[in-house]
Amino acid sequence: MSAPAAHLFQSQPNAARRSERATFWVFRAATYLVLACGLGVFGTIFFKGAGTVFKAEAPFINTTFFTEAPESLYIFEFEGKKHEMGDREFRAFKEKYPAAAKVKSESYVYSAGGIFPCIVGTVLLVIGSMTIALVLGVCAAIYLNEYARDGMFIRFVRLAILNLAGVPSIVFGLFGFGMFVISFGWHVSLLAGWFTLAFMVLPVVITASEESLKAVPKGFREGSLALGATKWQTIRLNVVPYALPGILTSSILGIARVAGETAPIMFTAAYVVRDKLPWDVDKAGDFFLQGVMALPYHIYVVSSKIPQNEYTERVQYGTAFVFLLVVALIAASSIILRNKLRSRYKW
Amino acid sequence: MVIAAPILMDTPPSAPAKSSAEKPSVRPMPSFVPSAAGPGASTAPIGKTLVDISHLDFFYNTSQALHDINLKIEAKNVTAFIGPSGCGKSTLLRCLNRMNDLIDGTRVARGTIKIHGVDIYQPDVDVIELRKRVGMVFQKSNPFPKSIYENITFGLRLQGMNDSAKLDEIVEKSLRGAALWDEVKDRLGASGLGLSGGQQQRLCIARAIAVEPEVILMDEPCSALDPVATAKVEELIQELRSRFTIIIVTHNMQQAARCSDKTAFFYLGKLIEFADTRDIFTKPANAQTEAYVSGRFG
Repeated sequence: MSAPAAHLFQSQPNAARRSERATFWVFRAATYLVLACGLGVFGTIFFKGAGTVFKAEAPFINTTFFTEAPESLYIFEFEGKKHEMGDREFRAFKEKYPAAAKVKSESYVYSAGGIFPCIVGTVLLVIGSMTIALVLGVCAAIYLNEYARDGMFIRFVRLAILNLAGVPSIVFGLFGFGMFVISFGWHVSLLAGWFTLAFMVLPVVITASEESLKAVPKGFREGSLALGATKWQTIRLNVVPYALPGILTSSILGIARVAGETAPIMFTAAYVVRDKLPWDVDKAGDFFLQGVMALPYHIYVVSSKIPQNEYTERVQYGTAFVFLLVVALIAASSIILRNKLRSRYKW
Repeated sequence: MVIAAPILMDTPPSAPAKSSAEKPSVRPMPSFVPSAAGPGASTAPIGKTLVDISHLDFFYNTSQALHDINLKIEAKNVTAFIGPSGCGKSTLLRCLNRMNDLIDGTRVARGTIKIHGVDIYQPDVDVIELRKRVGMVFQKSNPFPKSIYENITFGLRLQGMNDSAKLDEIVEKSLRGAALWDEVKDRLGASGLGLSGGQQQRLCIARAIAVEPEVILMDEPCSALDPVATAKVEELIQELRSRFTIIIVTHNMQQAARCSDKTAFFYLGKLIEFADTRDIFTKPANAQTEAYVSGRFG
């Protein structure tokens, strides 16, 4: 067996030590695997998308991709040179060189231009649906946590919220289609998309808001009431402000979901392609009743609805890259807002 | 009725000499008390019954916490509630500003609590008005996570006061009243939570007196404080007793002996004995009281 112990506390191999090391490595490996998955996903999107988003010469960013609408890509040979052009550019080219009109060209749909309308659409969808979800969710959370007395009805409401969280997003999409698009006659519109997405994140917002309200010490409520504040004054001045950072934290998770979901908007708000930008409306009311292009739906369209080739791949990864960027930006701004609030009310 | 000087059986070591020198039978009003005093200041003279509790039964759901309490609390005196844990002293205190309303399943099954002769549990009572007149200081100090200034002005702003000169004046007066002014006058904009435990509790007292209540309920205000901070709060109670009716719940019998005029001893939800503090601690009428104050149980 092993050598005799040199001293009283000499470490000796035994079963407990072996299993200690084994568990340590299992946990460590699991953690590193998660890290590897994350790096793999982000790395692929970054490297494949970078070619579309950035370019070698100044200003190093492919401004066309960020500022223009998707176009068809035309590839043709003219006077012995190979050209790659977007739709509009090609038409201008043909006017300049009438001879080019007879050239045989190959066209690839959505592979030129940019994704500006999709960025705008996604930002609009996120802002609108998060506003609706926060207003509804925070009000409901305040009611559940501050006003409602525990009883059968409230338990039923909580059960309903839990169940809502388990509903697949495609079901929300179909619900929104039946309810808002058809019954309410809103057609495929921002409004229908906002409400569908808002209902989808509502359980997350309610649950997290309630947790944040619960975390506010009882002493603040009692202290406020003992000074002659009404219940609503207490909630408004001495509960909600302190719960707000927590509520915003939860809404950051909501943002990522709202921005990312494709299924709820494909029947309710998203267009495959739309020439007009959202602010090109005749009257202000039309703004809410128009469909928009959106980043996740655009990825879906360019990845599965059109013939695949090397040119569409550029758009796919470029869009995914920008999509991650947009979500990160929106989330970062709410994190900054939250930290500002948090430093104001610290306890 | 004895309009007694404070019974300082055990003067805290840090009490300034002035407090023992100024112990005449007529208590001088501190200089910061305005002549046109707040709602409570002039309505009830010293020693008149202000809070009249009669035959009070109180329940948490089905368990009875208070049994047939009869107690008359006098204006501008310090009344201490003592007794072992769970004896109902805090429950009774929280009945006086209806703080128990916040707890589901609580009810006053029988009896009345009258303040100025008005039963505060009758249905047309505005709890908000009641709480403006009956302030409270809690066991765990609970300054709001706002600035010291905002903490003091919170109650006043609720009442619609927006005149900043007047608010400034009341902030200073309240902080001086709570013996905190000198420590915080240069950082009124700092968070109330940055103060030490004892300072926080005095800030809560300042916040309570800023709205000029008539009665101040104190629920074990010193239980989380060290002896020096406790001594300061006790000193403060002595300062405040000329302006407010103070009811203090305490676990600390020396504290009751030091700062109260009258003491009520509770045991298992019943009021066992209520008398002048001196009598409770020197010649209690009841055997249970004697056992408790002499430290044989509890």
